[in-house]
Formats: sequence, structure tokens, C-alpha cells
Amino acid sequence: MITRRTAIAAGLAAPFVAQGKLGAQTPSRAETLLLVQEYGPNSLDMQGIGSSQPVNGVALNCYDRLLRFKPVPIPGGGGNTIAMGELEGELAESWQVASDGMSCTFKLRDAAFHSGRKVTAADVKWSLDRACTIGGFATTQMNAGSLEKPEQFVVVDEKTFRVDFVRKDKMTLPNLAVTIPFVFDSELAIKNGGGDPHAKEWLKNNVVGSGAYKVESWKPGVETIYVRNDAWTSGKLPQLRRIIARDIASPSTRRALMERGDADVSYGLPPKDFKDLLDAGKVNVVGVPIPNGVWGCYLNTQVGPFKDVRLRQAVAWVMPYEKLLQASLFGRGVDMSGGAETPKVAWPQPFPYTSNVAKAKALVDAAGGGFSTTLYFDAGNATVAEPMAVLIKEALGAIGITVEINKVPGANFRTEIAKKTNPMVLNRFAGWLDYPDYYLFWTMHGNNSIFNIAAYQNPELDKLIDAARFAPDKAAYDANVVDFIKLVNREVPMVPIAQPTHDVALQKAIGGYQFQPCREPDFRYLTKG
Amino acid sequence: MLRMIGGRLMTTIPSVIGVIIVTFLLTRVLPGDTAAYFAGPAATPQAIAEIRSKLGLDRPLPVQFVSYVTALAKGDLGQSLTTGQSVTADLAARLPASAELTLAGLLLAMSVALPLGVLAAVKQGSWIDHLCRVVATAGVSLPVFFTGLLLVYVFYFLLGWSPAPLGRLDVFASEPPRVTGLFLIDSLLAGHFETFRAALAQLILPAVTLGIFSLAPITRMTRASMLAVLGADFVRTARASGLTQAKVIGTYAFRNAMLPVVTTLGMVFSFLLGANVLVEKVFAWPGVGSYAVEALIASDYAPIQGFVLTMAILYVVLNLLIDLLYGVIDPRVRLEG
Repeated sequence: MITRRTAIAAGLAAPFVAQGKLGAQTPSRAETLLLVQEYGPNSLDMQGIGSSQPVNGVALNCYDRLLRFKPVPIPGGGGNTIAMGELEGELAESWQVASDGMSCTFKLRDAAFHSGRKVTAADVKWSLDRACTIGGFATTQMNAGSLEKPEQFVVVDEKTFRVDFVRKDKMTLPNLAVTIPFVFDSELAIKNGGGDPHAKEWLKNNVVGSGAYKVESWKPGVETIYVRNDAWTSGKLPQLRRIIARDIASPSTRRALMERGDADVSYGLPPKDFKDLLDAGKVNVVGVPIPNGVWGCYLNTQVGPFKDVRLRQAVAWVMPYEKLLQASLFGRGVDMSGGAETPKVAWPQPFPYTSNVAKAKALVDAAGGGFSTTLYFDAGNATVAEPMAVLIKEALGAIGITVEINKVPGANFRTEIAKKTNPMVLNRFAGWLDYPDYYLFWTMHGNNSIFNIAAYQNPELDKLIDAARFAPDKAAYDANVVDFIKLVNREVPMVPIAQPTHDVALQKAIGGYQFQPCREPDFRYLTKG
Repeated sequence: MLRMIGGRLMTTIPSVIGVIIVTFLLTRVLPGDTAAYFAGPAATPQAIAEIRSKLGLDRPLPVQFVSYVTALAKGDLGQSLTTGQSVTADLAARLPASAELTLAGLLLAMSVALPLGVLAAVKQGSWIDHLCRVVATAGVSLPVFFTGLLLVYVFYFLLGWSPAPLGRLDVFASEPPRVTGLFLIDSLLAGHFETFRAALAQLILPAVTLGIFSLAPITRMTRASMLAVLGADFVRTARASGLTQAKVIGTYAFRNAMLPVVTTLGMVFSFLLGANVLVEKVFAWPGVGSYAVEALIASDYAPIQGFVLTMAILYVVLNLLIDLLYGVIDPRVRLEG
């Protein structure tokens, strides 16, 4: 019997019921991947100034580079990661470093841009010139691999391209595989650039690459839709035809979508959610300890109480390492305490400190007793940093150091650390290129980059870092690395807390996960079903 | 009538100018360095300086203000750094989403709150009056993100009745051709009933969340205003003249009680339009509230200025409409230009 009440109920339920049918009928569902992420790209051009983190994903999937990192299995299973020295050709069919070690010649494979035009050495040169001269992050990143000026990039013929080195630098080739030196269709870019030699405005909104995916639609702040480029020849044709990346700000909503099985992949959940998902076992969670990444407590070596090395060591002795790992990262990381006296050639690695209040107290007393200080962290990292800060405050209280916690909003944090006057700062830094000397170059070298938050200045360390960076052979390199790690073990401008895990939640049907240093999803290897 | 509207609009010009100056100055005194933020990780001081000069942030404030106003006169609100698009385009894309959600929430709230408020006033002290009080208290004391997450948990996660909270449309549905920007209306105009149903299904939970929140002020205001009117002389006269209860309440009392209610509705609407950030976050709704907050976190000046300016103008227009509505509801109200 149809009463008015059931009719109203049916009417209210109708949109939901029909919704289910609609989803089931869509034929492309099996070949479509739904990714939910906190926020999406703010541009389609990773070389452009002010590009946000997810733009790396556009560069990775829609553009090709000369080289790419070779997939190597993750030790614990679950997919692949990368190893710094192991590269394979992307646009390059083959490459050869000259016998004097001062240049590298690349043979390009037959590849075509999305427009259909062939990729030539001139396009490669235009794109690398652009990365070196556009300014901002792209140029900084190029310089990190001694790729400094356009004269280094030489077109030999249409299919041959040469990079001349300004110095021998082991990071030059790996740096050609990161998401900055990717190749544009230079003819289209110049034609549409409207007089700007870098075509910045136009490339911000248009993809003109040769990569495995094209951008079908891009609504900033809402969603990005990628479709497969069926003519891609720079690698194995991806299985997934269509990728929908939706921006879902609330992590609770993203987790619900994963648990209900409506979303296929989610990045960037809080560590607690990843742990819960892992424990529940309904979806796969793949974690890779972030290469060259570590949460650390930076102690200012130039102003304030921590000028005294004994107090820095005291902090390192009193950190509740295990508690920090469990309560703030929920075990999704690697403990950085209790390392061997003789370091390995690796970064990050555990320092020789453990939680030992008596030792710490003795050091504080020797340095003149307790005091008050302030601990800063970026509010954008609050999920992890806030519980960390509270635990550190508690632990330091036990040795007579009173800590006030100061949570700094995202836009102010850079300004704050640039001042280099804050006594204690909690921060996570991760370098794309996984070399110990690279990390220390950014965070402890006397060139005083913004990430040298401790404002550490030590000519002895600078000498060791520079020597390692351009070491002639492996033995010399290893010796330098061991020496500078010993030095920072003793000097502790930064107390390492934990190497965080980069986690991704995937439905059981999703395979082929590939970790990339830029930490954005690589759709080219993913499979479904 | 037209002269009255024109006159009213003239008086708003000083306040709009004030808003422009104040938002410009407020965004500049915000702590935080836009250039350092957008220079990204591993930026050198030179890189930050380059970005600062590219954004024109190294010029003196008066110069920045003149170029801002000059662009504004041409209808250019500037570029958002967080989305990489022009602020005008962003607002045009996002305002309808917010408007659709807010209108739906407000209509839902009204359909419950008005009858409830009237009944509570008529049967003062009865169970329905108590219900009214409980509903209002509960509605206003539950934070929206809590109600939102609870609804998602029950209706999507546990029961599976509601579609995935993925924004305005399911991933596999396509947008209707844009006319008003309101999906419900556009899909009906285009005759896409599937899209209409998909959009409606996505809209129900966030609209209910907003509706629950805005129930309280509307119910309480309706009740209070009805009580005042029911105690007035003309109602007693109407009753004494032997008019039916329905006629007294429906025609005479309710109409007279509407004035303060309409004012409240206007205020609730403009408040919800900008302030439903949390609902937008939970339901991935691409509205203006979350847009403005994200810009604020990044010290991204242009979107904040654009947002405040748009809201100010909307507020002016809304107030004008309410004033006009006063005249319709109560002919005794005369507006001076």
C-alpha cells in the first residue's frame, strides 16, 4: 500500500538509489583510478615560480625527462622504490659519459609530443635552458646538480644531445631524473608564449609534453583528470586509461572513502589513520622510509642557550625517542637513537644518543643549570609536530629546561626560520637527492641556507662536506662522510628524532606502486584488478 | 521605486570604498611572507627576492594600492597564487557552489523552523514549545564539522545510503552546461535528470548539516516575534470579531511577525555563505569559504581581498533586497533614499 509517508520516503531515497545504478553502469570504472588527495596542483608547470607540491605529479606523469630512476623493490614488499645511482633512459635511448668524465652524450629515442611532433634535441635544450634561467625553485634544483648555465646544454644533431659538466658532480645525472628538467614541446611553447621567452603564463595552464598522460581537465581546488597518451613510447604503456584526482581537504573523509572502497588511492593521511588502516587490513598501506628525510630538533648554535655544546648534547640525551615515534608518528617511522659509535655511509642514521636522563642532567648542571626557552614548529605539520613538541617539553622539564611551545602558521614559518634566532625548532627536511653530503649541505653547511635552522657555522664541517660532494673516488667519499657524521654526532646542531615513513593507502586491487623522490603518485606503473 | 533603489545604492559607495582600503591594509599587515612561502623548499634568498619583485611586493604600499585599484576598476581582482588562476574566475566558479549549498540549507531550515516557531508561540508552554527549545539548543550547540562528520559516518559509512562525499557531483557524472552555476537548476534546464539526481544526492547531507546549524536563530526569532504579535491589540480585536484561529494566525499575526524573521534570514544567509568552511572541508565542497581560508593560510593577498569585497557587495545587495521585501510584507514601511 502506498501511503503518503512511504511516498515521501521513496522520493527522498530516490536520488541515492539511482546513484548506485549510475556508478555501476559506467563502463570505464575498471580502467579508471580515483585518487583522493588533500590538495591538488596550482599550476601545470613545475618549473614555474610558486608551483605547489602536487605539480610534481603533473611533471612526472605528463612530461618525460632524459632519464628516470629505475624501479627497485621495496625491501618489505608492496611495490617499488628507487635507488639514487640506478637510472634508466626515458627520452634517452642510451647515454654515454665522456672518457674525461666532463660531459655526457644522450641519444634520443623516437618519441612524439602530445601534438604529434617528434621530440628533438632542440626541445630538450630549450627545456633545460628554461629550468636553469627561470629562477626560483627550478633553478635552485638544477644548480644542486651543477647544471648552472645554458652553455652546458648542446644540440649535437636532431637526435643527439650533450650536457657539458662544469665540474665532476655525482649528482648531475640523478638530477636529470627528478621532476624539474622535463621536456616541453618548445615550438608550441614559443608560439603561444606571447613574447615571454619562458612562456610562463601559457605553460601554467597547458601541458605540452610527451609523457604517458595528458591532462583532460583541470579545475584548481576541485579535481584534475588525466587520460592516457596511447602513443607513449618512452616506457611500457600504462594500464590505467583515466585517472581522476579529487581534492578532499578533510582527512576523515578521505579515510572513509578508502574504507568504503569508493576511492582507490589516498596520499597524505595522518600517521594514525595509516596505522589504523594497516591494522584493520581492509586496504593496503605501503610505507617507504623517506630517503634523505628526517624529523629533527634544531638547536640554535649562534644565539641563546644552545650555543653551549653541552646543552645540545643534553637535549640529545633526554629526548624520549621511542615515545616520540609511537605517540606522534604512530610507529610509522624509523627511530634515530642508539646508533653505533662509528657511523655508516648513510643519511639519515641513528645518532649514538639514547634516552638517558642522568647523563643529560649532569651536562645541564655542568653548563650552569636550568633555563627557559621556546620551541617553534610549523602549524601545517601540527598533526605530527604538536604531540612531539609536548613530549619534548615534558622531557626537558625533567632536566630543568622549561620549554614554551610556539606554533607558527605556514606562511610565517619560513620568515621565522629565516631569522635564525629561534633557540629550538622542530622541522622535517627531506632532500630529493639521497646523499648524506646533499642533506648536510642544505641543513648544516656554512653557506647558511634557509634550512640551516641551527645557523651552524663550522669551517671544518664545510671542508668535509665540500670534499665529499666532489670526491674523486668512493673510498675518499666514504671517509669524508664518516668524518662529517662523526662531527655532527658530537656537535648536534640538530637532534634527529625519526625518519618518517611515506605512506600510501591503496585498495587491494591496486598494484604496481612506485615511490618517487618527489613523493607524488606515479600513475604510469599502477595497475587495477 | 527605481529612484529609491538608486539612492540606496549611492549610500553604499562609501562603505565599499572603505572595505577596499581596509582589506588592502589588513592583508598587508598580516604576518607572514608570501614570497618566502611560494619560493618553496630549498629556496635561496635570491630566489625569494626574485619572487617578491615579480609579485610587486617590494614596491612601497601606496604604489601597490594604486595598481590594485587600477586593476580593480577594470574588473581584475588579481591572480591567486594558491590556485594559479585569476581570482575573478575562481570566485565565479566557487560562488554558485556556496550559494547552492547555502540556499538549500536555508530552505531546509526554514521549512522546519518557521512552522515549529509559530506552533511554539501559539501553544506556548506545551510539548511543542519544549521541542522547539531543545531543537534550537541542540542545533546551535553542535559544531557543524561534528554534525557533518556524524552524518557522513551514519549515512555514508555505516548505512551506505548517501553517495561518497566527493564534492558537488559523483566522479563519473558530468557537469550540466553552465547557465546559473547552480547544478540543480542547470541540470533541469538542460533536461539532464540523471545529473539532477546525482547533484541532489550529493547536496542532501551538507545541506542538512547547514540546516541543523541555522535552525536555532530562525526558530527562536519566529517564536519571539509571533509571541509579541499574538499579544498585540489587533490580534485580540480579530479574535473578538470571531475570526477563525487559522485566519488570525495565518493572515494577520504571521504576516506581521515576518519582519524580524526576514532580517534574521538575511543575516543567517550571508553568514552561512562565507562561514561554512568546515562543511565545505568535510564534504569536499568547492565553495568560497574554504577558498578564502586556504588563501589566508598562505598569505595570498588577492583572493582574500577579492573574497571580502565580493562578500561586502553581496551583503549590500542582500540588505537592499530585504528592505524591499519589508515594503512588500508591510506597506507601512517606507524607505527613504
